[in-house]
Amino acid sequence: MKKMGDMLLKQDPFSEIVMGNTALVRAMMESGTRVVAAYPGSPTPEIADAIGAIPRGVRPFYFEFSTNEKVATEIAFGAALNGRLSTVFFKSVGLNVAADTFVQLNHMNIIGGMVVVIGDDPGANSSQNEQDNRHYAHMSYTPVLEPASPAEVYSFYKAAAELSRKMQMPVLLRLTTHVCHAKEKVRFGAWRPQPPDDTPVFNSANGPYIPLTAEVFPMKRRALQRLAEVEAYADQSPLNTFVDHHNPDRGIITMGLPFLSLMDVLQDAENKPDILKLGVVYPLPRERIREFLKSHREVKLLEELDNVMEKEVKLMAFDEKLDTAIIGKKDLEDWIGEYTPDKVSAVIRGTWPDMLPPKSGTAPDSPHVPMRPAQMCPGCGHRSAFHAIKKALPENTITVADIGCHTLGFMPPYQVGEILMCMGASTAMGSGLSIFNTSRKVVAFLGDSTFFHAGLPGIVNAVFNNHPITLILMENGTTAMTGHQDHAASGRNFNDAVERIPVRRVLEGLGVTHIYEVDTYQQSRLTELVKQALNDDAFSVVIAKHPCMLKFTREQRRKPGYQARRVDVDQDVCRRIHECVEKFGCPTFVLEADNRVSVNPDLCIGDGSCRQVCPAEAITAPESA
Amino acid sequence: MKPFNIYLTGVGGQGIGLLSEILLRAGDHAGLIVKGVDTHGLAQRGGIVVSRLRFGQGAYSPLIAAGEADLVVALERHEALRGVNTALKDGGTLIYYDTVWQPLEVRLKKAPPVDGQTIALTCRKRRIREIRVYKPDLKDAQMQNIVVLAHIGRHELIPAVSRDHYKAAMDDLMSGAMLSKNLALFEAELA
Repeated sequence: MKKMGDMLLKQDPFSEIVMGNTALVRAMMESGTRVVAAYPGSPTPEIADAIGAIPRGVRPFYFEFSTNEKVATEIAFGAALNGRLSTVFFKSVGLNVAADTFVQLNHMNIIGGMVVVIGDDPGANSSQNEQDNRHYAHMSYTPVLEPASPAEVYSFYKAAAELSRKMQMPVLLRLTTHVCHAKEKVRFGAWRPQPPDDTPVFNSANGPYIPLTAEVFPMKRRALQRLAEVEAYADQSPLNTFVDHHNPDRGIITMGLPFLSLMDVLQDAENKPDILKLGVVYPLPRERIREFLKSHREVKLLEELDNVMEKEVKLMAFDEKLDTAIIGKKDLEDWIGEYTPDKVSAVIRGTWPDMLPPKSGTAPDSPHVPMRPAQMCPGCGHRSAFHAIKKALPENTITVADIGCHTLGFMPPYQVGEILMCMGASTAMGSGLSIFNTSRKVVAFLGDSTFFHAGLPGIVNAVFNNHPITLILMENGTTAMTGHQDHAASGRNFNDAVERIPVRRVLEGLGVTHIYEVDTYQQSRLTELVKQALNDDAFSVVIAKHPCMLKFTREQRRKPGYQARRVDVDQDVCRRIHECVEKFGCPTFVLEADNRVSVNPDLCIGDGSCRQVCPAEAITAPESA
Repeated sequence: MKPFNIYLTGVGGQGIGLLSEILLRAGDHAGLIVKGVDTHGLAQRGGIVVSRLRFGQGAYSPLIAAGEADLVVALERHEALRGVNTALKDGGTLIYYDTVWQPLEVRLKKAPPVDGQTIALTCRKRRIREIRVYKPDLKDAQMQNIVVLAHIGRHELIPAVSRDHYKAAMDDLMSGAMLSKNLALFEAELA
């Protein structure tokens, strides 16, 4: 595969090793999807990488990164009302942001069809919780398909699109982190692009689309009727599969990646249980499950995260008066963490201790390896900011973090940002912390992409209700943490160069009267401005800006004639104060066994932002390496 | 038939992703059934990056159970020992590039660094074959992954995958000056 774009555009069937996220994009093309919207969030941003690999002129659908997940959902919904098959994708907690719109979708007749692709994150690999989004599906009567592998991501999306279009209802395709990122060879079908019919076919007669008062009930009734029809579909669906080990005693019902973990674990099992692997996980295929329960003495429900299926299956068994022993979750640990092969092995051992051979002896005492948490990159403007801001804050200041690379400020050596909730929450949480509080300053932090995503209401509220806290807007010009997607102040959207919406002008427009602005590399100026802002008796904002240096350095490296540069520590001048390594904390600095500080040449990018922090002025000016 | 499990580890920014993709495609060129999965997202910011590859029949999940890796490939010394501790089988193989990206705890004097002797001792105790790779005259640190790749080929650490398969995989993923530069380094280190 030389170029991902060329691969995705092949018209004849082919096989290629791809990630789940890439397989999804080919499935969109083969399904005739016309409009796709998203907000970046792990584990889904690589879907957009694959989309971006297809040159825009030949890309068969429209794509945008919207300002947040709710907006993206509304874009996809609106397009579908015009008859376009649409899709929205985002991460697990993005569904909380989109929820107000999402829970309403199945009340509507979505004539074009709409697939909601969600990247859930069992194991909290890059999320603030492990929420199980099947709960939202139940609440909104939305069918859920759950693939286990890239090949299934491809075929399940196609099934979801077909079902959605046929039923004119939303279908949720639930991926999890290691399904999105798994790689394997997938056999793709033909893609025969047809000239699209772009007639805007919206017609209120397809509705009703106004769910008010008495209109709500017929709309809700229709949603429930559709869900019942999908239950019949689920019972016939080839997406649910049966692994026959001819075991009348024991069976397991499972789904998604936990199924693959189970298959790995069972390779060593004596009497393998039969397995019903669900592809349609909501609504459950009632008949198939009943038959499976009836034909086994004991059935284990192997379910990652919450006991969503367990409650339904037990209810079903109660109604049907089945005497099968149904074994669900055994303790709290069964609710926690990703169902990796190790976890599934533990769960199976806890259920049927005789099924798996005893574990081989544990490894001898292993020597300790120091922890390596994620940290800000060399040259990161946030590091300069935290180093400078810390000097301005009185000892008992309450600091409130938000989502983004700057969240990492909570770790040593900065320890700034002591509370984290979710996107855009910092300003209002900080405002709450300031009520009946005259003795401790409150400082909130917010990134620039998050500012547009969910930060604005909290800021308007702080102005409108006069909360005298200080917000530090950490502006790096991009959505750095998820892979440098553009946002409203970047000057580009996914497709074009556009007019920037400068954060300062937005703040002014919202009525913020105390605004300060400085590049974070000017540390003493930043310290000074934060002190001033803390003394304002109104809501104040400090825009602490510096471009993302990871993005900047990558762009520089691609240019012809690029010369790497780096700083050095002049050992004759260095007084071993260690401000650089202990307080500033750039990972470039190495603490040697003899207490000297050296520079790791592989890491230094030669930005020189460290020079001002050395009291001995021992850090040399950046020079070509 | 049990699959051959490879656990790759290093620090975000070292080029684990490319090395993993080359191995994955080399396995495919060798006619093996291949699966893999990488770390993405925030962890890549100076944290530990892990990739798992599984070659051959009988692999379902892309993940590898603890202590079930046949081969650990590490691009950094601390991560080499961590990989041995958490992922590698007794009697397996460790290959690592002996560079150090000092972890936070070491810089803050909260933990001692890992040294080469500790790795060697651990490997001896657990009958692990240890291959240390280091090229003092390497100009571009971003090519350490290719040096390790060459030594994987040279020692034939992955069953059924030969040097031509690695070259074919590199040819799949790179082009132009980047390809020729990396191929030249690969050939030189292989010899």
